[in-house]
Amino acid sequence: MSNAAAEPIETSLPRARIDWIPLILVPVLAIATLPLVGNVSAWVTLTVAGLAMGMMIFLMASGLTLVFGLMDIINFGHGVFISLGAYATLLVLGPLAGWASADSIGLNLALLVLCIAAAMGLTAVVGVVFERVIVRPVYGNHLKQILVTMGGLIVAEQAIHAIWGASPIPVPVPETLRGAFVIGDIVMERYRVVAIGIGLLVFFAMQVLLNRTRIGLLIRAGVENPEMVEALGYRIRRLFVSVFVAGSALAGLGGVMWAFYRQTLTAGMGMEVMVLVFIVIIIGGLGSVGGCFVGSVLVALMANYVGFLAPKLALVSNILVMALVLIWRPQGLFPVARR
Amino acid sequence: MTRSSAPARSFTETRIRRGPSSWLLSSDTPRSWALSLILIVIVTCLAAAPFLFSGSQPLSTAAKICVFVLLVASYDLLLGYTGIVSFAHTMFFGIGGYGIAIALERLGPSWESVAVGLVAALALSAVLAAVIGLLSLRVRAIFFSMITLAVASAVAVLASQLSAITGGEDGLSFQLPAELRPAFRPFAEPILGLAINGRILAYYMIFITAAVLFLVLLRVVNSPFGRVLQAIRENEFRAEALGYRVVAYRTAASVISAMAATVAGALLALWLRYNGPDTTLSFSIMIDILLMVVIGGMGTLYGAIIGAALFVLAQSYLQVLMGAGSQTLSGIPILPDLVHPDRWLLWLGLLFIVSVYAFPGGIVGHLRKRGRSHELG
Amino acid sequence: MAKGIDEPLLRLEGVHTHIGPYHILHGVYCEVPNGELTMLLGRNGAGKTTMLRTIMGLWRASSGSIHFDGRDITALPSPDIARSGIAYVPEAMAIFSDLTVRENIVLAARNGPVHSSRLDWMFGLFPALKRFWNLPAGHLSGGQKQMLAIARAIAEPRRLLLVDEPTKGLAPVMIHSMIEAFRALKAAGETILLVEQNFHAASQLGDNVIVMDDGLIVHSGAMSDLVADKALQQRLLGLSLDSHQ
Ligand SMILES: Nc1ncnc2c1ncn2[C@@H]1O[C@H](COP(=O)(O)OP(=O)(O)OP(=O)(O)O)[C@@H](O)[C@H]1O
Ligand SMILES: [Mg+2]
Repeated sequence: MSNAAAEPIETSLPRARIDWIPLILVPVLAIATLPLVGNVSAWVTLTVAGLAMGMMIFLMASGLTLVFGLMDIINFGHGVFISLGAYATLLVLGPLAGWASADSIGLNLALLVLCIAAAMGLTAVVGVVFERVIVRPVYGNHLKQILVTMGGLIVAEQAIHAIWGASPIPVPVPETLRGAFVIGDIVMERYRVVAIGIGLLVFFAMQVLLNRTRIGLLIRAGVENPEMVEALGYRIRRLFVSVFVAGSALAGLGGVMWAFYRQTLTAGMGMEVMVLVFIVIIIGGLGSVGGCFVGSVLVALMANYVGFLAPKLALVSNILVMALVLIWRPQGLFPVARR
Repeated sequence: MTRSSAPARSFTETRIRRGPSSWLLSSDTPRSWALSLILIVIVTCLAAAPFLFSGSQPLSTAAKICVFVLLVASYDLLLGYTGIVSFAHTMFFGIGGYGIAIALERLGPSWESVAVGLVAALALSAVLAAVIGLLSLRVRAIFFSMITLAVASAVAVLASQLSAITGGEDGLSFQLPAELRPAFRPFAEPILGLAINGRILAYYMIFITAAVLFLVLLRVVNSPFGRVLQAIRENEFRAEALGYRVVAYRTAASVISAMAATVAGALLALWLRYNGPDTTLSFSIMIDILLMVVIGGMGTLYGAIIGAALFVLAQSYLQVLMGAGSQTLSGIPILPDLVHPDRWLLWLGLLFIVSVYAFPGGIVGHLRKRGRSHELG
Repeated sequence: MAKGIDEPLLRLEGVHTHIGPYHILHGVYCEVPNGELTMLLGRNGAGKTTMLRTIMGLWRASSGSIHFDGRDITALPSPDIARSGIAYVPEAMAIFSDLTVRENIVLAARNGPVHSSRLDWMFGLFPALKRFWNLPAGHLSGGQKQMLAIARAIAEPRRLLLVDEPTKGLAPVMIHSMIEAFRALKAAGETILLVEQNFHAASQLGDNVIVMDDGLIVHSGAMSDLVADKALQQRLLGLSLDSHQ
């Protein structure tokens, strides 16, 4: 990128301080629940499930939080992309049903990759249209943004009903991804492990993009001060459209993962999970990708542990976590500096 | 949060035409002949519904319109006048419904149970609304929307899971106090050819409560308090600079709105003799409310009457119409699918988007603008 | 581009700017000559920042025209104005505090890596940047942030620098080194339009001076003439003798 960094230069100030406290929350939560759960193998299962769910929520939420940070736009219709991504699997599963039932890791993974490609492609295209038709005309007006993106959500859900029908559709998990890895008395469902892998992969790819490329620097700079990015000679609009589209595609990816996790498709599935997505981006700090990641894991682990210990309170516990975080840090765990 | 619709009107202009009706409407008259006419027709139809239509279906539709007028008007106080978007309105609606249902089911069908249920529901709503408001509005108004969405869905899930108290997915059916049952006959003779029974009394109870609370809301938005809300909506920072405590005002509006929604929920439960997640708590009702308030006209309150009437009628009768259309168009590709009765929400959704873009004042704003341009031209 | 000798690099003609309902600039006429340092003076709220932002296209001129390097840039989007060769250092500095010093400079250099000789020149002007090269810019002191903001503007050669109150809130010793830096920039032949409240500092630096009041240019000419004319200073800037130290 630049030769400027070539020469090592000493700093007399302490190195960049990382804000550890929010990061520590996750292991603290995990370890604190171990005695409550009481049994290590159940705890591992719960933790793996929580991590898998956290990765999926992160996929869905990361685009939304960046779009917000960059352009101050809040898209209540983001759930559309999750649902659409999930339904896009049908485009692949229809003609290639044989690949799903085949007992071959190669074919199964190829199928998963194709599903992801179809979902991300479809949601990226719809994202372009959504940005152009729904979001752009209401730039700068939160009230209208919420209303119009909500309208977009209604129309898109209805369109899904019109195309694929209103009744739930079962989705089979590819053969070799079913079942679990068993190590001693510890059981980890395979698909969840795959989901964690994909989530981590995307997270690290995003970190590299955001920290090691010019586009990434521009996005981070734009979250902090879009006007100055323009004054430096970059078109923030283009940047924004790309982030919006990428965010839509990531939500589509999240939708695929979510579809195989739930093994059923409904048009409203996107909106259902949006509740967690909103909690996550509030907890993480609007605009912060790192916060979004920590928030996702925190919320998903919490939901799984509480779901085990006191099933009826799972969602309520997340509201509680959100309230506590907001009382502690009103701008979220990792507040993003803004003008 | 700036809004381009409905320029702040001059209050002195409307104050000039005083009179009893003007007093009743808090000097905030419809200000358009067409609008007045439509409103008079709707209100007359609602007031005389038991006498005009026979059968239980139209009366149920009329009762539902009354309930939704109140619900949507209370939402408009938040959305149109305060400029914040809440997704928890159905939660308060549901609290009202469950308050009545649980009290009547547990304590027996008496007026005391109704009172206990209503008061408890109102108290719970007020506290919840205040807590949510203080927690989220303190930070950013945009948090309010997300947090209300999260809290409302958590409550919806909770309500369906605590089946010992709420009846779960099945909801609760209960008996009404004797005076509201169909068998109750207050008068020996029919009035205007209609035998009055408890059901009709229940209808009028709903109609009158909704009407009175609507007028109260009209009073609220035209009070100094209401004007501060609108000032905050127009320019949050200026209002803050003028010394108004924005968070306090917004939270207060949210509490008032929540309590009115709670009453609406109680009324609906009383009418249906039932309350469950699908009648009051579900997210699709939240969407319906949004559609009604935006299509009727945000920030006008009268829009609530038009929006609710239009929507409930559409819900009850448009699907029949579209079914017929779908039949006639069968044979042509795609078209029958688009006018399929299940697709009516698709069209309302599109209408909703167009309304937000092109008619931010909704039907009411449009009628008023037309009226004004006629006067000028 | 062949131009007449007297052709100014930047010319504003009858520029009006509205911010929302407020009318801020009321027809600004002024010129910035090529290769010289022009000071923009005026009391608080005179419209200096608004003028710079209007030049950058961050506020839109509602009428009038802005010509830069013989081109009408009035209606260009901000990024295009920047790419036509204008660098802007806003009043609030607007460094990206989440990015390191290095990353801030990398973004400012649109055409790839900064030439190492240029980097050395920048480090010579602002040594602190070299020391804190890989530190998040948010950790810098106010003066260091200001240096970074200026370094960002000169990371690549530009035709014109717009700098808004670089000495605001700085300690006297910092102000001194800032003035030295601008002197060096001037010596390097940069064209600069510099907003400055401190007349003492301004008078040492400026070749030309423009004075604004209430959204209008009330005086423009050579700095030396204004320095010589105490009565004019008194009238334009409300300066009393004690503020000269
Ligand atoms: N965003 C804004 N909205 C409304 N008015 C503004 C805005 N920004 C500036 N103004 C007004 O425009 C006028 C000129 O402001 P400007 O910031 O250009 O002055 P200035 O000369 O830079 O002042 P200073 O020396 O204090 O920086 C002031 O009266 C100010 O109140
Ligand atoms: Mg200024």
